[in-house]
Amino acid sequence: MKQAYAHLTDPLIKANPITLHILGICSALAVTTSVSTALTMSAALTVVLVLSSAMISAIRHHMPTAIRLIVQITIIASLVIVMDLFLKAFAFEMSKRLSIFVGLIVTNCLVLGRAEAFARRNPVWPSVLDALGNGLGYSIILLTVGTIRELFGVGTLLGYEILPLVENGGWFRPMHVMLLAPSAFFIVGFLVWVIRSLRPEQAETPEFRILSHDETAQS
Amino acid sequence: MSDLFLSSIFEQNLALSFFLGICTFLAVSQKFETAFGLGIAMIVVQAISVPLNHLIYQGLLVEGAWAWAGLPEIDLSFLKLLSFIAVIAAMVQILEMLLNRFVPALYYALGIYLPLVTVNCAILGGSLFMVERQYSFGESVVYGFGSGIGWALAIVTFAAIRERLKYSDIPAGLQGLGMAFVVTGLMSLGFSAFAAGGAP
Repeated sequence: MKQAYAHLTDPLIKANPITLHILGICSALAVTTSVSTALTMSAALTVVLVLSSAMISAIRHHMPTAIRLIVQITIIASLVIVMDLFLKAFAFEMSKRLSIFVGLIVTNCLVLGRAEAFARRNPVWPSVLDALGNGLGYSIILLTVGTIRELFGVGTLLGYEILPLVENGGWFRPMHVMLLAPSAFFIVGFLVWVIRSLRPEQAETPEFRILSHDETAQS
Repeated sequence: MSDLFLSSIFEQNLALSFFLGICTFLAVSQKFETAFGLGIAMIVVQAISVPLNHLIYQGLLVEGAWAWAGLPEIDLSFLKLLSFIAVIAAMVQILEMLLNRFVPALYYALGIYLPLVTVNCAILGGSLFMVERQYSFGESVVYGFGSGIGWALAIVTFAAIRERLKYSDIPAGLQGLGMAFVVTGLMSLGFSAFAAGGAP
């Protein structure tokens, strides 16, 4: 039982799909200009991930290895189409703002990556837990980046004004650069730096090391 | 047309302003040569797949496309995701066989990058943007070619910078992935200057 929970909790920070495995970044950066889009995207991806993992794991003994990629992609694409139509029906404004990025869940490496690496070799229950854990790990990063960008970009959170704006008699001037593409890269970069400083075992070793002056003198 | 071509390369660069294909962008940019191969494969596949998907979408999927068969109210556009992926995968497969038969030198040069391109979200994203922005056939040819070049330009430049980064002194936690993000951010900042510069 303890091991089953490890499937759920490990991907949250320790083996986070975005900051450690570089999976599913494409959509993560594009939809984080506000918390509400980030929240919708996280929910959509987590649902697709959990359902696809459950289905792929359930039919894992009946799937010939030669055509497994096609089968997996078809399952994922069908789920994404359902999700896309669902958003169009019940949250039309939101689906307009997410533009093509709901459709791009199909090629999100996170979904196919978990299907390939975990669901096709494990029973249904651990696969669901693993998918849920990875979905939540993805959501944590998305919400963090979304919060930073919305708070400093327009001074609101989920549409409510947190930092009083200058034009409303407050003191905060919104930083428009936060809404542009480059800031997303910087924020994720620094987030990776923070996580790897707290957990040094994740840091990559450099190919070349620069010697200090004392070390060069000795050698 | 030339406005569309230039904006798809610089201003609306798929990798740097829409974050498409960033996974591959970060993973396959350790060496300049591999990045170059992937860039070329990307241009070829993007230039063919966007116009091809345009024909499929307009000819088979859009509402009213089956009017000639007496079925005017059929709307298959919800199938666009599945059919685009199938078209891209099939096209890459055929392209691989054709290259192997007629241009073996290019086939060996592209190596594993051609199949890799199939799962790249920039390819699917290009086709979906083509539908969303309602490009005509001519525009989709130009857009496919331009956005392919833009993506290739971004990854080749990035790989060149990354080769130099190996010799620099970077804090331990920022080593590798962290630094890659910061560099991409700086590049994206540079590319967004094209948009602000008042170009068309």
